[in-house]
Amino acid sequence: MHLPLTHHTLPNGLRVTISEDHTAPVVAVNLWYHVGSANERQGRTGFAHLFEHMLFQGSEHVGANEHFELVQRAGGTLNGSTWLDRTNYYETVPSHQLALALWLEADRMGRLLPAMTQEKLDNQRDVVKNERRWSVDNQPYGTWWERLPALSFPSEHPYHHSLIGSFEDLDAASLDDVSEFFATWYTPDNAVLSIVGDVETAEALRLVTEYFGAIPRGKNRPALPPMSVPARFGEWRREVVHDEVMVPRLFLASRCPVFGTAAAAVGTITAAVLGSGKGSRLQERLVRGQQVASSAVAFTFDLSRGSDLFVLDVTAHAEVSAEALEGAVVAELDRLRTDGVTEAEVQRAVTLTATEYVTSMQSVQSRADRLSQFATHVGDAAAINTQVDRWRAVRAEDVTAFAREWLGPDNRASLLYVPREVAEVA
Amino acid sequence: MTAPVRPGASTPRSFSFPATVEHRLSNGLRVLCAPLRRLPAATIVFTANAGAEQEEASSAGVASLAAQSLAEGTLRLGANELVTAFESLGGELGSGADWTHAECGVTILTPQLEAAMRLLGETVREPALPGDGVVRLRQERLSELLQQEAEPRGQADDAFSVACVGMGTRDGLPLGGDKLTVAKCTPELVRSFHRAHYVPDGARLVVTGDVSPDEVFRLAESVYGGWHGTAVQGTAATPAAAPPSGGVQVMDRADAPQSELRIGHVSVARTHPDFYALSIANAILGGLFNSRINMNLREAHGYTYGAFSSFDWRRHTSVWSVSTAVKSEVTVAAAQEVLNEIARFRQEPVKADELSLARDYLVGVFPLRFETTAAIGGAIAAREGFGLSADYYDTYRERMSAVTIDDVHRVARTHWRPELLQIVAVGNAAEIREPLTSLLERTK
Repeated sequence: MHLPLTHHTLPNGLRVTISEDHTAPVVAVNLWYHVGSANERQGRTGFAHLFEHMLFQGSEHVGANEHFELVQRAGGTLNGSTWLDRTNYYETVPSHQLALALWLEADRMGRLLPAMTQEKLDNQRDVVKNERRWSVDNQPYGTWWERLPALSFPSEHPYHHSLIGSFEDLDAASLDDVSEFFATWYTPDNAVLSIVGDVETAEALRLVTEYFGAIPRGKNRPALPPMSVPARFGEWRREVVHDEVMVPRLFLASRCPVFGTAAAAVGTITAAVLGSGKGSRLQERLVRGQQVASSAVAFTFDLSRGSDLFVLDVTAHAEVSAEALEGAVVAELDRLRTDGVTEAEVQRAVTLTATEYVTSMQSVQSRADRLSQFATHVGDAAAINTQVDRWRAVRAEDVTAFAREWLGPDNRASLLYVPREVAEVA
Repeated sequence: MTAPVRPGASTPRSFSFPATVEHRLSNGLRVLCAPLRRLPAATIVFTANAGAEQEEASSAGVASLAAQSLAEGTLRLGANELVTAFESLGGELGSGADWTHAECGVTILTPQLEAAMRLLGETVREPALPGDGVVRLRQERLSELLQQEAEPRGQADDAFSVACVGMGTRDGLPLGGDKLTVAKCTPELVRSFHRAHYVPDGARLVVTGDVSPDEVFRLAESVYGGWHGTAVQGTAATPAAAPPSGGVQVMDRADAPQSELRIGHVSVARTHPDFYALSIANAILGGLFNSRINMNLREAHGYTYGAFSSFDWRRHTSVWSVSTAVKSEVTVAAAQEVLNEIARFRQEPVKADELSLARDYLVGVFPLRFETTAAIGGAIAAREGFGLSADYYDTYRERMSAVTIDDVHRVARTHWRPELLQIVAVGNAAEIREPLTSLLERTK
């Protein structure tokens, strides 16, 4: 797979990648701002995400929720999402509606604040609190995605605190915070724009220049606090959560090299050997073989600075104890480190990973989002075209070495959920 | 400087749903090939009339288990050998049962087409269906049902379906069966279900992607040509008896921070001619982000992260529901707003700009729904499963565009039936059961 790409940088610093594909009359517009929960100041956990909600509350020439209406009326789909180290906004539209999608993104990048009101902020604060209740508080194991980063990064580290935020910090968010966050982070020189699909590059670039060209650069963007942490935990951290769940579930994290590095490509293949597809080691041994688990996957967080996390996520079979579950998972990790992997296992993992990557690119929005990810985190959208080669270069000895270097007992953090009743009896 | 003005649209380019070429094998298997010149990828889906509607209510879940058990190996290959063989070609074997049909398929890059076609054929024709593998999958389903006891969303969905359709019918039970019926699905039952329903006669092989129909047909002849078997006269679902009258059911979670709320009732068959008008009516009432219900509950009141309505389309009796999760103390107020919106929808015609938003969205988003070979393959499998006409996707936008304000008002008055409304909530029963019950009484 080799996608045709052109790269452009506007005088105000906005980086643009365009990839033409005329096989279907659709186009994806995808904008990444290089800001996430890691950039929040103390006492404002959850603000980056609350702010993402405010971007759908209108801008100078767009009414509240009109962004949704205009895109859907145009036959398009849209959304946004917030992560630890980025926030993205995207539209997929029939290709004759490209101008509308670009104009909407430009109006809120350039002229958000005139539309902001206390009433809208209060309303979206309530919506986000309900999002927290729905996705975290009222969902079995729902707290894992704030507990695991908290366990894995020291308290002063930007990746430590909750992405969705605490009710207290959400309550403290003010309109002044909105203005300040907008002025600091939502600037063209802190964003990348990817356009993929049925467009003419020159015409798309003309529209981008017309709509985004006059938006001024940012200034005084603060540096992140130091992101670096020791490469390994240097210990085996353990947290046991007695919760409203019916069966145990283990998250086992290791620090590992950050997204975009050659070592991270080995990490992806190692995760696939262990926990991608029905033929993975964890499926073969824990799900089909010993039948201690009903599901078992492995993945990386793909964090870009300081350290990434390599995570095993394994849910116990009914009536399997937390101890038995953890013992079986750890035995597999240790066996991987002791005995290594075979070339056949690595080839299965590489072929599966590469095929899923290529087939996901059938969607113009998946392609655009990948381009933005590479442009934001490795400074080169064209890395989209060499990713598969990096995976194909991985050999069995690389995976074995990765496991020995990164997945040992001195670099593990266990987050173990245990049914509450059982815990009380024990 | 002045801001750029809001742009209009340029000229739309035409889009057609990929044309399907069909070839019928002498054993009755229909091969449907939709060539697509995009990336070098292909999706292969075998689909049989082996869905949940072919089950007895007492052993609900056997269709899902039979489909999942296909991954447990063949007469030649053990489970791990089989799934590893697929994944060494680049694709994960996926199999499962829907209401109308079962599917077993894989997406690969086109150089692997022949190998994947042969392996999929072996999986479907000569599965081992080993006792230990079937029992393990049954345990995994029971484990899933156990976990659901602490999972309010799934709990609410399953209880709602029973409340709408009625106890003791196959349609009221979850797609994968419940713990009583799944426990009855022995390996022998799974094997006999497979023997009866995985036969070439009436089955479909759907292949989409960068492939040539001639090659696909040649491979299909080679892989499936020597296979024989005639479809049994199934127990295919019959129209349900009259649905239960409306009511309230609350499952207690005393300290829940939110109530999971479901409101709705049974609706018409997927093939009903009012499908298009109902789709637009639903989009306006609760299907779109800018729908009346979401704008009311989320944007005006801040009660919820989201509130949406949708159809679970079935061959005979579909289920329509409004689904949301709201802060516990506003559960009754939120339910009241939903009932008000349903009542208002029946009383007054929708506005022209509401109709155009829903229509233009459903028509305009059509090409976006079919970007991938897997999406196109799944769409063809679904069309065949419901027995929709061969030109269903070709005429979809035209039919959707023809819906008028009067059509929407007529279907709202005909198909939204206040006397059938069910309310299911998972939340603090002591606080919400009584007020929800009296709220519904006042609505009838």
